[in-house]
Parts: sequence; C-alpha cells; structure tokens
Amino acid sequence: MPFDGAFLAATAAALLKGVPLTLELALLSVSLGLVLAFALALMRVSGVAALDLPARLYGFVFRGTPLLVQIFIIYYGLSQFPAIRHSGLWVYLRQAYWCAVLALTLNTAAYGSEIIRGGLLSVAHGQIEAARACGMAPLTLYRRIVLPQALRQMLPGYSNEVILMVKATALASTVTLMEVTGIAAKLISESYRPVEVFICAGALYLGLNFAITRLFAQLERALSPEKRPAPVPETPHV
Amino acid sequence: MSTSEIMGFNPGGWGADMLAAAGMTLAVAAAGFLSGIVLGFAGAAAKLSRFRVLRLLADAYTTLFRGVPDLLIIYLFYFGSSSLIGSVAGAFGARGFVGAPAFLTGSVALGVVSGAYETEVFRGACLALHKGEVEAARAIGMGPFLAFRRIILPQAARFALPGLDNVWQLVLKQSALISVIGLVELMRQAQVGAGSTRQPFTFYLAAGALYLLITSLSSLVFHRAERRAARGIRRAL
Repeated sequence: MPFDGAFLAATAAALLKGVPLTLELALLSVSLGLVLAFALALMRVSGVAALDLPARLYGFVFRGTPLLVQIFIIYYGLSQFPAIRHSGLWVYLRQAYWCAVLALTLNTAAYGSEIIRGGLLSVAHGQIEAARACGMAPLTLYRRIVLPQALRQMLPGYSNEVILMVKATALASTVTLMEVTGIAAKLISESYRPVEVFICAGALYLGLNFAITRLFAQLERALSPEKRPAPVPETPHV
Repeated sequence: MSTSEIMGFNPGGWGADMLAAAGMTLAVAAAGFLSGIVLGFAGAAAKLSRFRVLRLLADAYTTLFRGVPDLLIIYLFYFGSSSLIGSVAGAFGARGFVGAPAFLTGSVALGVVSGAYETEVFRGACLALHKGEVEAARAIGMGPFLAFRRIILPQAARFALPGLDNVWQLVLKQSALISVIGLVELMRQAQVGAGSTRQPFTFYLAAGALYLLITSLSSLVFHRAERRAARGIRRAL
C-alpha cells in the first residue's frame, strides 16, 4: 500500500463533516438517557416492588438485546402499525434521526441506571441515618447528602458509558444517517481503500474518546476536593 | 397471516428459518469468542512481559480496538479482505468486486474486537493472583510452563470468569452487526423476513426475543460455572 497523503487528507476532511452529527447523537442521547436512567435507578432502590420490577424488566430487555435490533424495531418496526403512522408522533418517528436518538436514549438509560444505582448504594448507611435523625426531608437528604457523594462515585462508570455511546452512534449509519462511520463506509465502497479510511476514522474516534476521558477526569478532580493535596499554609511574616 | 402463523413451523412459516439463523448467531459468536480468547491470552502475556516493545504493541492493540466502533472494524475486515482477495483474483484475470466469505470475516472481526477486551480480563485475572503462589511454585523448582498450568491457570480462570461472561454477552450482541456484511444470522434473517412479509415489527421483535433467550440462558451457564469454580472458596460477603 503506497502512502498517499492527498487521499488521506481528502478522507479526513470528508470524515470531519460527520463529527457534528456523531457528537450530536451522543450528546442528545446521553443527556436524555441520564434523566431516564436516574428515574429507573430511583425505582430500583425504592424498595417498592411495583416500581422495582418494571425497572428490572426494562434493564433485562434493553441490556439483553443488541442495540441494532432496538434501532430496527423503532425505525422499521413501528411503521407496521397504522395507528402509529396516523398519530402525531409520526412526524418524529418517520425520521431516522429521531429514531436513532430514541433507541440510543432507551439503550443507554438501561446501562446508566445500573451505574447510578451503584452510586446511590455506595453512600454509607450511617450518613443517611444521621441526616434522617437531624430531621431532613427526603428531598433535602437527596440534594445535600446522597447526590453529591453518589455523583462522584459514579463518574468513572459513567465516563465509560459515554464512550460506549460515542461508539454506538456508529449504528445510526444503518438507518441512513451519515455520521462518521456512515461516511467511512461510503468512502470505502467508493474507493476500495479500506485501510486508509479506517485509519482516518479510527483516529477521529480515538481523539473524541480521549477528549471525553480527559473531560471526565477533570470533572472528577473538580468534584473531589478532599483528594487534592491540602494547600500550603502561608508562612506568617515575622 | 396472523403473527403466530408467520412465526410458526408450518409451510410458509418462518419459525424454522429464524431458529436456524439463531444457530448461526451462536456459531459466529462462539467462533469470535474463542478466537478472541486466543488473542486475549497472547495480548495479556504481551502486556505482562518484560519487553517494552511487546507491552507497547499490546497497549496499541487494546486502545485501538476498544476505542473504535465495532461496525467500523467489521467494515475494515470485510472490505479489507475483499480487496485482498480481489487483487489475488485480479492476478488470475477475475474482474470487479469479490466478496469475502462472510462467516470467516465476521468471526475474525468479532475475534479481534473481543480479544482486546479479553486481554484486559486475563491481565486483571493474572494480577489478582497472589504473588506468593508463583514464588512458591518457582521455589520448589517448577518451570514456567508447569507453574502456569498447575498454579496460575486454575486460579486465574476463576478470577477471569465474570469478565469472560461480560465479553461473551458483548460478542453475542455485536454479532448482530455481522448482518451488514450479508451473513444470514438472526438479524439478517429478520431483515429478510421483514422485507418479504412487510411485517418488520413482528420479525425484529422475534429476533429480539431470541437474542434475549440466548443471552439469559448463557448467563445462567456462566453463573453455574462461576459457582463451580468457586467451590471450596470461603466467602466473607
């Protein structure tokens, strides 16, 4: 394979045009998924069977089936029902973009809820008891005691999930969306030069994921002041 | 036709096709998983080796294949091997696009991806091993291979099982992506059925249910294996 700088540059330029869509899909589904995941995690830890069981079933179904199946059920499957085709939702559900966002959101919520649940359960029992003994209302208890600690605990796990979602956006290309992988597949089938295209696209994804890792490491650092070295006290002037 | 007739086993029903395709999914996932184990062993050995070059190579391998979407890797292997075969065929006078064998390409792609995850699983399992065990084996004069077979492997296997369970589930779900290169596994069969009956929901839902069945049954198997591997180990928690 001779080195062809011009081809690599053209490929990189073409692939870069897909980055906004990749990021948009990942950002939208991660943030919507986070809300849903939080609700599911609260249902799991509620201790009420009527809330716990549906959340468990949700996790079982969405973590036990391939994301591709979920995307196809939503994008191709739902059109089987005339009731859905004639409903107001059809404006969104007939667009590949919203179907991909919906599938990615539902999928990441299932994995995210487990991470959040782990974070919530990691808060020491005594802390919650102490807060209750002080007479804190449940909402205050969550806001002041549980959430700040759970958030720090779940950050590393959640950064993994965000990276998985960036990779998962590649599946949007199977429902005609031209994000980075979609463009890469098109370029490969036009040029028959899979290795060069792969190198460019791979470098893009690695760069994105590296940036996300750094971002989360910064966030973790900012949220864990107790782990930083204590500031050196100023020496008093004599 | 009603849903039960479409998914039935009578003539004109798709039940038998879907089950056969589920078998293909299992076959391609197993082939990928097993070749991943071989790669994972090699990768873990390289990551734990004394040689810096080997460690760097293994690091590059796991970073690349865990950081890039699986779909992209499948495209790389499919089109990569196709153009390789095409150029060989071209030398013999054939023209145009020559498709690579889908099962082989698919299981190789799954193997390379899962190998990257399995490298980390095996590395973790070896690191979890008590250092004194290996030293003791060396002290009584065991060679490296004997120590590996008798001391390291039986214990590391126990530590590796939960991680291997995760990777297997991952491979099962990734195998759906092999449908893009035309291998008739569960996902592809569902696409074919959906196209010819115009009942996409029925077919993708059936495919989803079969995937769910496979993943939950195999996690049952792994849990039994974990219990068996942990027999005789006292648990504090």
